[in-house]
Amino acid sequence: MAQGMEIRNLSAWYGSQQVLKEINLPVSPNQVTAIIGPSGCGKSTFVRTLNRLHEIIPGARVSGQVFLGEVDLYAPGVDPVSIRRRIGMVFQKPNPFPTMSIFENAAAGLRLNGVDKRRLAEQVEKSLKLAALWDEVSNRLGQSGAALSGGQQQRLCLARALAVSPEILLMDEPASALDPAATLKIEDLIRELKKEYTIIVVTHNMQQAARVADQTAFFLNGELVEYGPSSEIFTRPKDRRTEDYITGRFG
Amino acid sequence: MLHSYPFRKLLNRAVTVLMLLAVVLALIPLFSILWHTFERGWPAISPTFFTHLPKPVGETGGGIANALAGTGLLILLASSIGVPFGLLVGIYLAEFNPGGLGTVVRFLNDVLTGIPSIVTGMFVYSLLVLTMGGFSALAGGVALGLIMIPTVTRSTEEMLKMVPTSLREASLALGATKTQTILRVVLPAAIPGILTGIMLAVARVAGETAPLLFTAFGNRFWSLRLDQPIAALPLQIFTYAISPYRDWQTQAWGAALVLVTLVLVLNIVARLVFHRDGR
Repeated sequence: MAQGMEIRNLSAWYGSQQVLKEINLPVSPNQVTAIIGPSGCGKSTFVRTLNRLHEIIPGARVSGQVFLGEVDLYAPGVDPVSIRRRIGMVFQKPNPFPTMSIFENAAAGLRLNGVDKRRLAEQVEKSLKLAALWDEVSNRLGQSGAALSGGQQQRLCLARALAVSPEILLMDEPASALDPAATLKIEDLIRELKKEYTIIVVTHNMQQAARVADQTAFFLNGELVEYGPSSEIFTRPKDRRTEDYITGRFG
Repeated sequence: MLHSYPFRKLLNRAVTVLMLLAVVLALIPLFSILWHTFERGWPAISPTFFTHLPKPVGETGGGIANALAGTGLLILLASSIGVPFGLLVGIYLAEFNPGGLGTVVRFLNDVLTGIPSIVTGMFVYSLLVLTMGGFSALAGGVALGLIMIPTVTRSTEEMLKMVPTSLREASLALGATKTQTILRVVLPAAIPGILTGIMLAVARVAGETAPLLFTAFGNRFWSLRLDQPIAALPLQIFTYAISPYRDWQTQAWGAALVLVTLVLVLNIVARLVFHRDGR
């Protein structure tokens, strides 16, 4: 059973510009939670606050609480580095390390933890299998990760994130740079992976949210407008703005 | 307002021809220097030219072995100062977001780039030569090292900034510390460019003469001692070229040919290193 998350009164700023306003959102364990909303609504910033990546940008600031299990990630004295080892992240554009081989990319996180050699190979194979990439790359693990196709690169990034056995998996528009076939593969993986992980996925694609997410949260102008089971959000939204968005009236 | 098509076509031709002319004009000095150096220097080149020490006036033969070794040692000394300082400052500027201090450091670095090398030589003269009681290889190396720092700093910073932010974020999101991110992800991605910058800096100081005049001073004998005056290719060229002896003048051209070849090779290798991995 994976951990859940609990976001309380979370606000975020870039300099003086507030991009998230008092977000309250429970994230259920072993479920897929989709964050939808128009461009600039703060959905990317939101996931970046969940692994404390937001704060690496100069002038960026956060207030509020994010609980992972019992731990508030923003409590004083919490080390962001140790937090990030418990929360994996896949980015919008595939970003494998260009100077590393396929194997080294998948092993990158494990190397940080000083995993011994034999377990390293095992763990790399396991995570590449989890990311449904093993069959395609098992005979060329020494090649550069940059030589793979976009979809394969994204699955390599997924394997890299999974290799360290995180408790939460954050995905920031993981399929937006991919073709339809590669997108479907990623979506299949998301459905598969929720058995072991709690997944939060940002998407601008409502069909994708409807296909993969158990819960959906709709963001607009930095506010959480509505949150609930995907089936309800997409068929009987309670808020007028959600209805306008999902019926394509804006965004 | 839009001119007629035939007119624009004509104008396009005329300007293209002008640009080609400018390119040819710019290349003429380069190739005439290379050709002239080769023509005048080639007669001096022979195996013994590289392995023998200079002979006294009046005796024929003799070579530049001491100057070659001296330039090698000076470059080594200069690099051991210029590379670490330049690298560290470059990393600081690119990765540690120093804000206002960064602007100041960058400005000072640009000023340092613009300081005439002879002034650097004078500075080292008063700093090391006067205090140590004499000209020395060490003083020459320090002078060249100081000249290297701003070039290496600049190229390191620029190469690091070319590494996409997404790679730093990927590394941090994996739970890497900032140090691990810089050492394992950012630096390896930028290393071909950084090496190129270092080699270009070496190529530049290899031919510097002015700062060596009153630091390394030159030496007609074999010496690799750090506390003694040391020979260097540019100094040897200088001394021989202004001498009244035909023989020495030819050797000056020979040494110039060697130096130009060295710098050219360094430049070409630097480009190759950059393009091997420079996607």
